[in-house]
Amino acid sequence: MLKQHGTNISLRRRLTNNLALGTITAFAIVVTIPLFLILGTVIYHGIGGLNWDFFTQIPKPMDETGGGMANAIVGSMMILGLASIIGVPLGIGAGVFLAEYGRNAAGNIVRFTADVLNGVPSIVIGLTAYALVVVPQHHFSMLSGSVALGIMMIPTISRTTEEVLLMVPQSIREAALGLGIPQWRTTVSVVLRTASAGIITSIMLAFARIAGETAPLMFTTLGNQYWNSKPNQPTAALPLQIFSYSVMPYDKAHQLAWTGALLLISMIMVTVIIFRYFANRGVMKGAS
Amino acid sequence: MALGAAEKSKFRSKESVFADNTFRSLVFACAITLLAVVGLIVFELITQSHLSVSKFGFRFLQRSIWDPVAEDFGALPFIYGTLVSSFIALILAVPLSVGTALFLTELCPEKIRGILSLLVELLAAIPSVIYGLWGIFVLAPFLRFHIEPFLGRYFAWTGFFTGPKYGIGMLAAGIILAIMILPIIASITREVVMAVPRQQREAALALGATKWEMLNMAVLRNARPGVFGGIILGLGRAFGETMAVTMVIGNRAEIAKSLFAPGHTLASVIANEFTEAVGNTYQSALIEMALVLFVLTLIVNAMAGLLVWSITRGMPSRALA
Repeated sequence: MLKQHGTNISLRRRLTNNLALGTITAFAIVVTIPLFLILGTVIYHGIGGLNWDFFTQIPKPMDETGGGMANAIVGSMMILGLASIIGVPLGIGAGVFLAEYGRNAAGNIVRFTADVLNGVPSIVIGLTAYALVVVPQHHFSMLSGSVALGIMMIPTISRTTEEVLLMVPQSIREAALGLGIPQWRTTVSVVLRTASAGIITSIMLAFARIAGETAPLMFTTLGNQYWNSKPNQPTAALPLQIFSYSVMPYDKAHQLAWTGALLLISMIMVTVIIFRYFANRGVMKGAS
Repeated sequence: MALGAAEKSKFRSKESVFADNTFRSLVFACAITLLAVVGLIVFELITQSHLSVSKFGFRFLQRSIWDPVAEDFGALPFIYGTLVSSFIALILAVPLSVGTALFLTELCPEKIRGILSLLVELLAAIPSVIYGLWGIFVLAPFLRFHIEPFLGRYFAWTGFFTGPKYGIGMLAAGIILAIMILPIIASITREVVMAVPRQQREAALALGATKWEMLNMAVLRNARPGVFGGIILGLGRAFGETMAVTMVIGNRAEIAKSLFAPGHTLASVIANEFTEAVGNTYQSALIEMALVLFVLTLIVNAMAGLLVWSITRGMPSRALA
């Protein structure tokens, strides 16, 4: 009787166990489906539009054939380059502060602020850049978009830089200081150099995160149908162009949007996979 | 050069002390920039929204009027849209992402762990605008012709699945948001689950628990505040998400019970209308929306941070991806 009772419970428990573990496994499989669906559709629709014109021409009116996204591709690169000039030094500097001088209350405040900034919606940062740069200048500009994206890079880079620097063994710092090298020189030439691979990958990760950002550019760089290389003029950007084409009622616009998406997504995926490769090799374990 | 520095260090020359102090001030200035940026965001949002705040007061949050011509504004439909689309996303994303995290940490064979976590990470890397593009051309038609007729036929009695089926609408926004916040919740959950001491698992197994009972009693129960923190962090992300939502939600400022109906969110109305907003009151009202959004995400992220920290404080810190 008792034994039978025991086997009954055990059967129920076994079933519950199998059911629960099966559900967990099924969930894990389901989660990967959207990735393949999205990548699949972007490649399927986008690949047909990959041609010489796409990379070399600026947009043409919708009733004409041809036209590409050359100005948006170059525009995006310039916006991102300018954003990196703003965000990378500040991010690394803040990271150095946190790792080398930040084991105290001031460091905790900065860390908390970085997390807050990381959580601010990108559109709010875009509005701030609008108020800071566009309003005083009285017109939309590449610079204002780069300010928005540069701000978004700072928290990511500073927190990962901090982690990478903390992984540099204390003994290396002591060895350098023991040789009589000043502390700043130790940090720059020994600690930062040891951690450089990790810092570079963290910059790439921050870069990949802002490369696809659209919302902060909407009322800063605005977009442009023509070439522009001046920092104080409205500029075309790849994500913006994908957005405006996707909501237009023309097949040709949709084709360009898909091809733009394919280009953007490949750039980002390659960056993330390279980052992951380095992360797995132990250059910056724990910072993924 | 190094030799020179070494010689100097014997008596710590003034230049060397000066250089150290300069370097320290320099990196300190970089760190202060972070504080300054957050301060500037708050300052700009408050000053720029002042006109709207003084004109509408607290009624701004309670009214459903959105009339740019008469310059009369209320944020209720947008707050409603933000909350509802984010909650749909949570309902869909939480079981899936917690399940994925448990699978990755506890069940997954070593061989596929790397590739599966890379796939989840790649999902997080897809730009919002591409989610939106996919939402418009793939998800919305699929919902319109397959999912919504089914829900309308069998679940119309709930009142959530009635009315015309556009595909585009609150349901589509919720689903897109769910996919977008999956990786965040999964990565935080994974982190807190890994922080649960190994002995807890062994103790449960030694008492004769099945694997699921062990996961449920020893792992999830201990990690619960952290998992909850991850969920709230995902909620914060969903609140602020702009492009994908604005592309699939339909952008209509109405409060409708049916999830098939188009809606609007705080972020989507700013994205849609800010460049065309003429008149100071109009712009100011939109910036007040941004202020509301900022405060919402700030509260949510602070809560999430505390909860995750309470679980992982013994562990080496990791940037919240």
